Amino acid sequence: MSLLDKQFNDENIVITKVDDLLNWARLSSLWQVSFGLACCAIEMMATSASHYDFDRFGVIPRPSPRQSDVIIISGTVTLKMATRIKRLYEQMPDPKYVISMGSCSNCGGPYWEHGYHVLKGVDRVIPVDVYVPGCPPRPEALLEGLLKLQEKIRNESLVKKS
Amino acid sequence: MSITIEKNKSESKTGIRTEEMVLNMGPQHPSTHGVLRLELQLEGEIITNVIPHIGYLHRCFEKHAEAMNYSQVIPYTDRMDYLASMYNEFGYAIAVEKLLGIQVPERVEYIRVIMGELQRIASHLVALGTYAVDIGAFTPFLFCFRDREKILSLFEQTCGARLLYNYIWVGGLSHDLHPDFINQTNDFIKYFRPKVKELNDLLTKNKIFIDRTANIGVLPLDVAINYGISGPNLRGSGFKWDIRKEDPYSVYNKFDFDIPVGQGLMGKVGDCWDRYYVRILEMEESLRIIEQAVNSIPEGDVTSAIPKRIKPPVGQVYSRVENPRGELGYFIISDGTINPFRVKVKGPSFVHLGVLNEVLKGHMIADVIAILGSIDIVLGEVDR
Amino acid sequence: MKTTEEIFTILKNIFGESILELVTAQPVEHFIRINPIEINSVCSYLRYNEELLFDSLMNLSGVDDSNGEKTTDADGTQIISGGTLSVYYHLESTKLRHKLTLKVSTEREKPEVASVESTWRHADWHEREAYDLLGIIFLNHPDLRRILMPYDWEAGYPLRKDYKNPEFYQGMKVPY
Repeated sequence: MSLLDKQFNDENIVITKVDDLLNWARLSSLWQVSFGLACCAIEMMATSASHYDFDRFGVIPRPSPRQSDVIIISGTVTLKMATRIKRLYEQMPDPKYVISMGSCSNCGGPYWEHGYHVLKGVDRVIPVDVYVPGCPPRPEALLEGLLKLQEKIRNESLVKKS
Repeated sequence: MSITIEKNKSESKTGIRTEEMVLNMGPQHPSTHGVLRLELQLEGEIITNVIPHIGYLHRCFEKHAEAMNYSQVIPYTDRMDYLASMYNEFGYAIAVEKLLGIQVPERVEYIRVIMGELQRIASHLVALGTYAVDIGAFTPFLFCFRDREKILSLFEQTCGARLLYNYIWVGGLSHDLHPDFINQTNDFIKYFRPKVKELNDLLTKNKIFIDRTANIGVLPLDVAINYGISGPNLRGSGFKWDIRKEDPYSVYNKFDFDIPVGQGLMGKVGDCWDRYYVRILEMEESLRIIEQAVNSIPEGDVTSAIPKRIKPPVGQVYSRVENPRGELGYFIISDGTINPFRVKVKGPSFVHLGVLNEVLKGHMIADVIAILGSIDIVLGEVDR
Repeated sequence: MKTTEEIFTILKNIFGESILELVTAQPVEHFIRINPIEINSVCSYLRYNEELLFDSLMNLSGVDDSNGEKTTDADGTQIISGGTLSVYYHLESTKLRHKLTLKVSTEREKPEVASVESTWRHADWHEREAYDLLGIIFLNHPDLRRILMPYDWEAGYPLRKDYKNPEFYQGMKVPY
């Protein structure tokens, strides 16, 4: 039996703040839209596969945006795709979070100058919570980005405006 | 997915009035392997017509190639087919070297072949793993990615990157191999051989998997050639055609390896299972090539032939290599300046997607995923 | 196995004036220049003739030759008028193992080339791509639409050398 189990052997009372409880619940099961764009999507897949194991942070891919909490923009956003990404984002229920993964979705990346069909940064269409730099970011970098997002959620409040 | 019901009603053979339905699949769909949109026209559950809509990842590679100088193009070639970056660089380097008319040292060629074949295994592992997920088996995906990480760590120790390498340069390589590379590669070969058998036991001979893939999506050989199909998809249709043998480049003619073809073991020749199985067999052949190459690799300097300034004479070249997905062609026109005048890429995925309508007609909706996965496209290369 | 020179002689005897010239002053690749309107009948001969059997089209690429008169606009944009756009065809025979390169050139102002889609289905998407990025019109193509760029893209053909990117597309800022 682990420590935690023993603590709940007797009828106990746990005292916490509503904010903390809700934030804890939110940050521990961030379901992501299972949605890949480009090269970074492969690193995102590698992150959720056996070696890096995204699931241990409660990140589980959901095929539908209507059941998701976080969308990872993993790759180059083109003009043709940008309107679709905006719609995907609008379909997600609140509270929703956006991780921009990789240079392309941060700022256009290597396509910033001559990319006539590349949107220079996904933040031109949807608000971004965490930017993960790299081309492509390593899985560890994406995990770090997720931890940063969890930190952000931990400090949110229902009543207070952040 | 969104559904539109069309107004025009048609009468079927049984006299029951049915409506034609248009089903939109993608661009956000977990099984389209990226951002592909398929417009499926359906008669009940039977597909009557498919219109693929591509370009959701059009990153203007060809415009960039015209604006950069020859060596600056290499990182952009990486980002086309991001599952086989090594091979994209390889093909580009060979094309520019043909234009320049330079010979590279033998050690460079050997290292390129080793890297290319390791990349082929890594790319096939992703293809097979995600294909299994599409069909409904999750475990092989985890197994494949576990083995792929071993290859990626070999790459990472050599050139510092996991996915997009910028390793193979025109005339040479950015770094030599690290001292322990040969030992580690031999260890990997020893490790990986039994894993192929494990994958066969787990997936290839699995009854559910065979039921989903055998006799589905049969691609006849004449159709395949007419559509310009190449690589494992063409070989799955039973045609022994591999550019490594037919039009040898680099040092491939020094190695002993076979070209597996689809034989219709579980159904008709050229079905999804055949295409899948050709990839499994190709991984074993790649292991054979790597084993021969690492044990006979000559000494030499890998950076000696890199030209200081790449300025090819006026002319043009079409050069092709056998990428994990098929024939990757580079058509480069030089106008005698330091920038390419035009670089056109013939990406195998772009070509293979064109045949989708032909293969999908008459199948059920559930087979779309099985067929699309077996064709193994990478959207970065489809749209470039 | 036939060389480009031999094929040129065969074609010249049959098609006469439509076969313009054989270009050999290239370091790597020789090619045959053909009249753009006749390209499909030449290609279908190349494909079905017993001695040639070019059953596979390896690649089809559109090129902006950028050989017209270049003028600069008041706001600094370059405009090219006149000159040509070209299409290169790389053919291969999987049975006889020979290769061939063809080239057609067409006027920039009225870029019309016969489609080879009826000869090789492979050409379908490549021709759509050349239309999309360079604005070359392929006559008799069954479905000549944009393929990579959005269907409502109005700013012209991006791979032309004098292409200028728009400031906005659907309310999104395009330049960096």
